Amino acid sequence: MNWLFYISAIVAIISTVMVITRTKPVHAILYLVVSFFAVALMFFSFGAPFAAALEIIIYAGAIIVLFVFIIMLLSPGSEAGEQERSGIKREEWFFPGVMIGILLIQLLIALLMSPNNPGAGLEIGPKAVSAALFGPYLLGVELASILLLGGLVGAYHLCRRNSNQGDEQ
Amino acid sequence: MPAPPFEYGLIVAGILFGIGAVGLLVRKNIIFMLMSIEIMLNSAALAFIVAGSRWGKADGQVMFIFILTMAAAELAVGLALVLQLYNTFRSLDSDIPSRMRG
Repeated sequence: MNWLFYISAIVAIISTVMVITRTKPVHAILYLVVSFFAVALMFFSFGAPFAAALEIIIYAGAIIVLFVFIIMLLSPGSEAGEQERSGIKREEWFFPGVMIGILLIQLLIALLMSPNNPGAGLEIGPKAVSAALFGPYLLGVELASILLLGGLVGAYHLCRRNSNQGDEQ
Repeated sequence: MPAPPFEYGLIVAGILFGIGAVGLLVRKNIIFMLMSIEIMLNSAALAFIVAGSRWGKADGQVMFIFILTMAAAELAVGLALVLQLYNTFRSLDSDIPSRMRG
Protein backbone atom coordinates (compact mmCIF):
# COMPACT_ATOMS: atom_id res chain seq x y z
CA MET A 1 0.00 0.00 0.00
CA ASN A 2 1.55 3.23 -1.10
CA TRP A 3 0.83 5.54 1.83
CA LEU A 4 2.22 2.90 4.17
CA PHE A 5 5.51 3.19 2.29
CA TYR A 6 5.56 6.99 2.11
CA ILE A 7 4.90 7.59 5.80
CA SER A 8 7.39 4.89 6.78
CA ALA A 9 10.01 6.42 4.50
CA ILE A 10 9.56 9.86 6.05
CA VAL A 11 9.76 8.43 9.58
CA ALA A 12 12.84 6.37 8.65
CA ILE A 13 14.71 9.34 7.21
CA ILE A 14 13.85 11.64 10.13
CA SER A 15 14.79 9.07 12.77
CA THR A 16 18.02 8.15 10.98
CA VAL A 17 19.06 11.81 10.85
CA MET A 18 18.30 12.02 14.57
CA VAL A 19 20.51 8.96 15.20
CA ILE A 20 23.65 10.55 13.82
CA THR A 21 23.01 13.94 15.42
CA ARG A 22 22.46 12.82 19.03
CA THR A 23 25.15 13.38 21.63
CA LYS A 24 24.29 10.53 24.02
CA PRO A 25 24.42 6.97 22.66
CA VAL A 26 21.28 5.86 24.50
CA HIS A 27 19.16 8.54 22.81
CA ALA A 28 20.64 7.54 19.47
CA ILE A 29 19.62 3.94 20.16
CA LEU A 30 16.02 5.01 20.77
CA TYR A 31 15.95 6.62 17.33
CA LEU A 32 17.76 3.64 15.83
CA VAL A 33 14.93 1.38 17.03
CA VAL A 34 12.42 3.72 15.35
CA SER A 35 14.48 3.63 12.16
CA PHE A 36 14.54 -0.19 12.14
CA PHE A 37 10.79 -0.35 12.71
CA ALA A 38 10.17 2.08 9.85
CA VAL A 39 12.39 0.06 7.52
CA ALA A 40 10.53 -3.09 8.59
CA LEU A 41 7.25 -1.44 7.61
CA MET A 42 8.80 -0.52 4.26
CA PHE A 43 9.68 -4.21 3.77
CA PHE A 44 6.07 -5.01 4.64
CA SER A 45 4.74 -2.54 2.10
CA PHE A 46 6.99 -4.06 -0.57
CA GLY A 47 5.44 -7.49 -0.01
CA ALA A 48 8.13 -9.03 2.19
CA PRO A 49 6.44 -9.82 5.53
CA PHE A 50 9.01 -12.46 6.47
CA ALA A 51 11.86 -9.99 6.03
CA ALA A 52 9.91 -7.42 8.07
CA ALA A 53 9.52 -9.89 10.94
CA LEU A 54 13.23 -10.77 10.78
CA GLU A 55 14.14 -7.08 10.75
CA ILE A 56 12.18 -6.46 13.94
CA ILE A 57 13.34 -9.63 15.71
CA ILE A 58 17.04 -9.49 14.85
CA TYR A 59 17.82 -5.84 14.15
CA ALA A 60 15.47 -4.12 16.59
CA GLY A 61 15.79 -6.99 19.06
CA ALA A 62 19.18 -8.64 19.15
CA ILE A 63 21.43 -5.96 17.66
CA ILE A 64 19.94 -3.16 19.74
CA VAL A 65 20.35 -5.30 22.86
CA LEU A 66 24.04 -5.72 21.98
CA PHE A 67 24.38 -1.93 21.73
CA VAL A 68 22.61 -1.48 25.07
CA PHE A 69 24.93 -4.03 26.70
CA ILE A 70 28.00 -2.21 25.46
CA ILE A 71 26.72 1.18 26.57
CA MET A 72 25.88 -0.21 30.00
CA LEU A 73 29.34 -1.76 30.25
CA LEU A 74 31.14 1.41 29.19
CA SER A 75 29.11 4.18 30.80
CA PRO A 76 30.51 5.55 34.06
CA GLY A 77 28.32 4.91 37.06
CA SER A 78 28.15 8.42 38.50
CA GLU A 79 26.64 9.92 35.36
CA ALA A 80 23.95 7.24 35.25
CA GLY A 81 23.10 7.90 38.88
CA GLU A 82 22.66 11.62 38.30
CA GLN A 83 20.49 10.94 35.30
CA GLU A 84 18.34 8.56 37.31
CA ARG A 85 17.91 11.12 40.08
CA SER A 86 16.90 13.89 37.74
CA GLY A 87 14.16 11.68 36.33
CA ILE A 88 13.47 10.83 32.74
CA LYS A 89 13.04 14.02 30.78
CA ARG A 90 10.08 14.28 28.51
CA GLU A 91 11.92 15.37 25.37
CA GLU A 92 14.08 12.26 25.51
CA TRP A 93 11.33 9.73 24.95
CA PHE A 94 8.51 11.82 23.51
CA PHE A 95 9.62 12.18 19.89
CA PRO A 96 10.67 8.53 19.35
CA GLY A 97 7.41 7.49 21.02
CA VAL A 98 5.38 9.65 18.67
CA MET A 99 7.14 8.17 15.63
CA ILE A 100 6.62 4.60 16.87
CA GLY A 101 2.96 5.50 17.45
CA ILE A 102 2.63 6.75 13.87
CA LEU A 103 4.07 3.48 12.56
CA LEU A 104 1.78 1.39 14.77
CA ILE A 105 -1.34 3.34 13.79
CA GLN A 106 -0.66 3.09 10.08
CA LEU A 107 0.03 -0.64 10.38
CA LEU A 108 -3.26 -1.12 12.24
CA ILE A 109 -5.13 0.93 9.64
CA ALA A 110 -3.57 -1.12 6.83
CA LEU A 111 -4.54 -4.36 8.57
CA LEU A 112 -8.09 -3.19 9.20
CA MET A 113 -8.64 -1.84 5.69
CA SER A 114 -7.51 -4.98 3.89
CA PRO A 115 -7.03 -7.90 6.26
CA ASN A 116 -6.32 -10.40 3.49
CA ASN A 117 -3.52 -8.52 1.78
CA PRO A 118 -2.29 -5.64 3.94
CA GLY A 119 1.03 -5.27 2.14
CA ALA A 120 1.60 -4.87 -1.56
CA GLY A 121 -0.02 -6.70 -4.42
CA LEU A 122 2.68 -9.31 -4.95
CA GLU A 123 3.59 -10.91 -1.65
CA ILE A 124 6.64 -13.17 -1.38
CA GLY A 125 6.06 -15.26 1.69
CA PRO A 126 8.34 -17.35 3.90
CA LYS A 127 7.69 -20.47 1.84
CA ALA A 128 9.25 -19.07 -1.33
CA VAL A 129 12.14 -17.57 0.64
CA SER A 130 12.86 -20.87 2.37
CA ALA A 131 12.70 -22.79 -0.90
CA ALA A 132 15.25 -20.41 -2.42
CA LEU A 133 17.39 -20.38 0.73
CA PHE A 134 17.75 -24.16 0.98
CA GLY A 135 17.71 -24.76 -2.76
CA PRO A 136 20.08 -22.75 -4.94
CA TYR A 137 21.54 -20.79 -2.00
CA LEU A 138 22.49 -23.76 0.17
CA LEU A 139 26.20 -23.04 -0.16
CA GLY A 140 25.54 -19.45 0.96
CA VAL A 141 23.75 -20.75 4.06
CA GLU A 142 26.75 -22.89 4.94
CA LEU A 143 29.10 -19.95 4.40
CA ALA A 144 26.88 -17.78 6.62
CA SER A 145 27.07 -20.41 9.36
CA ILE A 146 30.87 -20.42 9.09
CA LEU A 147 30.81 -16.60 9.26
CA LEU A 148 28.69 -16.73 12.42
CA LEU A 149 31.07 -19.26 13.95
CA GLY A 150 33.98 -16.99 13.08
CA GLY A 151 32.22 -14.03 14.70
CA LEU A 152 31.51 -16.08 17.82
CA VAL A 153 35.08 -17.29 18.15
CA GLY A 154 36.45 -13.82 17.42
CA ALA A 155 34.28 -12.09 20.01
CA TYR A 156 35.09 -14.78 22.60
CA HIS A 157 38.80 -14.51 21.90
CA LEU A 158 38.84 -10.72 22.19
CA CYS A 159 36.93 -10.70 25.48
CA ARG A 160 38.95 -13.61 26.89
CA ARG A 161 42.29 -11.91 26.23
CA ASN A 162 40.85 -8.84 27.92
CA SER A 163 39.96 -10.78 31.08
CA ASN A 164 43.43 -12.40 31.17
CA GLN A 165 45.05 -8.98 31.01
CA GLY A 166 42.84 -7.86 33.87
CA ASP A 167 44.02 -10.82 35.95
CA GLU A 168 47.67 -10.04 35.31
CA GLN A 169 47.24 -6.44 36.34
CA MET B 1 -3.34 -3.17 -4.82
CA PRO B 2 -0.10 -2.08 -6.45
CA ALA B 3 3.21 -2.05 -4.66
CA PRO B 4 4.94 1.31 -4.19
CA PRO B 5 7.09 2.41 -7.15
CA PHE B 6 10.43 0.68 -6.83
CA GLU B 7 12.32 3.82 -7.84
CA TYR B 8 11.11 5.49 -4.66
CA GLY B 9 12.27 2.52 -2.61
CA LEU B 10 15.72 2.74 -4.14
CA ILE B 11 15.79 6.50 -3.54
CA VAL B 12 14.94 6.00 0.13
CA ALA B 13 17.63 3.31 0.38
CA GLY B 14 20.13 5.72 -1.16
CA ILE B 15 19.15 8.51 1.25
CA LEU B 16 19.51 6.20 4.24
CA PHE B 17 22.87 4.99 2.97
CA GLY B 18 24.02 8.59 2.53
CA ILE B 19 22.95 9.48 6.07
CA GLY B 20 24.83 6.47 7.39
CA ALA B 21 27.95 7.37 5.39
CA VAL B 22 27.84 10.97 6.63
CA GLY B 23 27.46 9.74 10.20
CA LEU B 24 30.40 7.37 9.77
CA LEU B 25 32.60 10.16 8.45
CA VAL B 26 31.51 12.90 10.86
CA ARG B 27 31.20 11.18 14.22
CA LYS B 28 34.25 10.45 16.35
CA ASN B 29 32.60 8.14 18.88
CA ILE B 30 33.16 4.49 17.94
CA ILE B 31 29.67 3.46 19.07
CA PHE B 32 28.13 6.03 16.73
CA MET B 33 30.36 4.82 13.93
CA LEU B 34 29.10 1.26 14.49
CA MET B 35 25.51 2.53 14.46
CA SER B 36 26.19 4.29 11.15
CA ILE B 37 27.56 1.04 9.71
CA GLU B 38 24.35 -0.71 10.82
CA ILE B 39 22.28 2.00 9.10
CA MET B 40 24.26 1.54 5.88
CA LEU B 41 23.87 -2.25 5.96
CA ASN B 42 20.17 -1.79 6.65
CA SER B 43 19.75 0.49 3.65
CA ALA B 44 21.58 -2.04 1.45
CA ALA B 45 19.14 -4.68 2.67
CA LEU B 46 16.25 -2.34 1.81
CA ALA B 47 17.61 -1.99 -1.72
CA PHE B 48 17.74 -5.80 -2.05
CA ILE B 49 14.16 -6.17 -0.79
CA VAL B 50 12.93 -3.49 -3.20
CA ALA B 51 14.70 -5.14 -6.11
CA GLY B 52 13.32 -8.55 -5.14
CA SER B 53 9.83 -7.06 -5.00
CA ARG B 54 10.37 -5.46 -8.43
CA TRP B 55 11.14 -8.80 -10.08
CA GLY B 56 8.80 -10.85 -7.92
CA LYS B 57 11.54 -13.22 -6.83
CA ALA B 58 12.56 -14.43 -3.38
CA ASP B 59 16.26 -13.79 -4.06
CA GLY B 60 16.12 -10.30 -2.57
CA GLN B 61 14.91 -11.65 0.77
CA VAL B 62 17.58 -14.35 0.68
CA MET B 63 20.21 -11.66 0.28
CA PHE B 64 18.54 -9.75 3.13
CA ILE B 65 19.00 -12.79 5.38
CA PHE B 66 22.68 -12.98 4.40
CA ILE B 67 23.14 -9.27 5.13
CA LEU B 68 21.43 -9.80 8.49
CA THR B 69 23.82 -12.63 9.35
CA MET B 70 26.81 -10.58 8.29
CA ALA B 71 25.65 -7.57 10.30
CA ALA B 72 25.20 -9.68 13.43
CA ALA B 73 28.66 -11.28 13.14
CA GLU B 74 30.28 -7.93 12.34
CA LEU B 75 28.62 -6.24 15.29
CA ALA B 76 29.66 -8.96 17.75
CA VAL B 77 33.32 -8.64 16.75
CA GLY B 78 33.07 -4.85 16.51
CA LEU B 79 31.64 -4.44 19.98
CA ALA B 80 34.27 -6.79 21.42
CA LEU B 81 36.87 -4.56 19.77
CA VAL B 82 35.18 -1.49 21.29
CA LEU B 83 35.48 -3.08 24.73
CA GLN B 84 39.17 -3.80 24.09
CA LEU B 85 39.80 -0.23 22.93
CA TYR B 86 38.00 1.21 25.94
CA ASN B 87 39.95 -0.95 28.35
CA THR B 88 43.22 0.04 26.68
CA PHE B 89 42.71 3.76 26.08
CA ARG B 90 39.86 4.61 28.51
CA SER B 91 38.13 6.50 25.71
CA LEU B 92 35.73 5.91 22.85
CA ASP B 93 37.33 8.53 20.60
CA SER B 94 38.34 6.96 17.31
CA ASP B 95 41.24 9.39 16.89
CA ILE B 96 43.11 8.18 19.96
CA PRO B 97 44.09 4.71 18.62
CA SER B 98 45.72 6.46 15.64
CA ARG B 99 48.32 7.88 17.99
CA MET B 100 49.53 4.56 19.34
CA ARG B 101 53.12 3.52 18.88
CA GLY B 102 54.86 0.22 18.31
